[in-house]
Amino acid sequence: MYLGIVKGTVVAARKADGLEGVKLLLVQPVDEHGAAVGDVQAAVDTVQAGDGDLVYLVGSREAALACNPWFVPVDAAIVGIVDGIGLPTKAGP
Amino acid sequence: MVAPMWATVKHPAFAGRALFVVQPLDERGGDAGGSFVAVDHAQAGIGDRVLVLTEGNGVRQILKAGDTVPIRSIIVGVVDHVEPA
Repeated sequence: MYLGIVKGTVVAARKADGLEGVKLLLVQPVDEHGAAVGDVQAAVDTVQAGDGDLVYLVGSREAALACNPWFVPVDAAIVGIVDGIGLPTKAGP
Repeated sequence: MVAPMWATVKHPAFAGRALFVVQPLDERGGDAGGSFVAVDHAQAGIGDRVLVLTEGNGVRQILKAGDTVPIRSIIVGVVDHVEPA
């Protein structure tokens, strides 16, 4: 699973069976500091995320398992909206 | 090494599960690759070095919560000590 920031919406009227009514969002994967990691991707939204939200996603087969029905051609799904991250301080004890 | 993460709105499969951001380390404690998100199954704490399983079928075997759990990464141990040869 990995972090990302929602960067927009993908509208697709014609989709594979099982994806009717599924919401697709553009997501920029990021690290825990919010810095971009890799390329923007399209992901299924399961949590009603919005533009600018920091979210976490699941990839590969587990992304399809987050959907209902679950036997769908999906390889990235937003499964939570992040409220905060408790980063350890750099200056240790 | 782990940092706790909070999320109120999440997929039902994550209800009641603690989440961490995990930074992979090499055997000497240096960063080894990009960070990712994992569910906790070992009562990990902030800054702990941990063992992580990153394979969905293994996760489903451990959690015993059905065949459609959309979780790929899970913390399965807290490391006390590493002795590089």
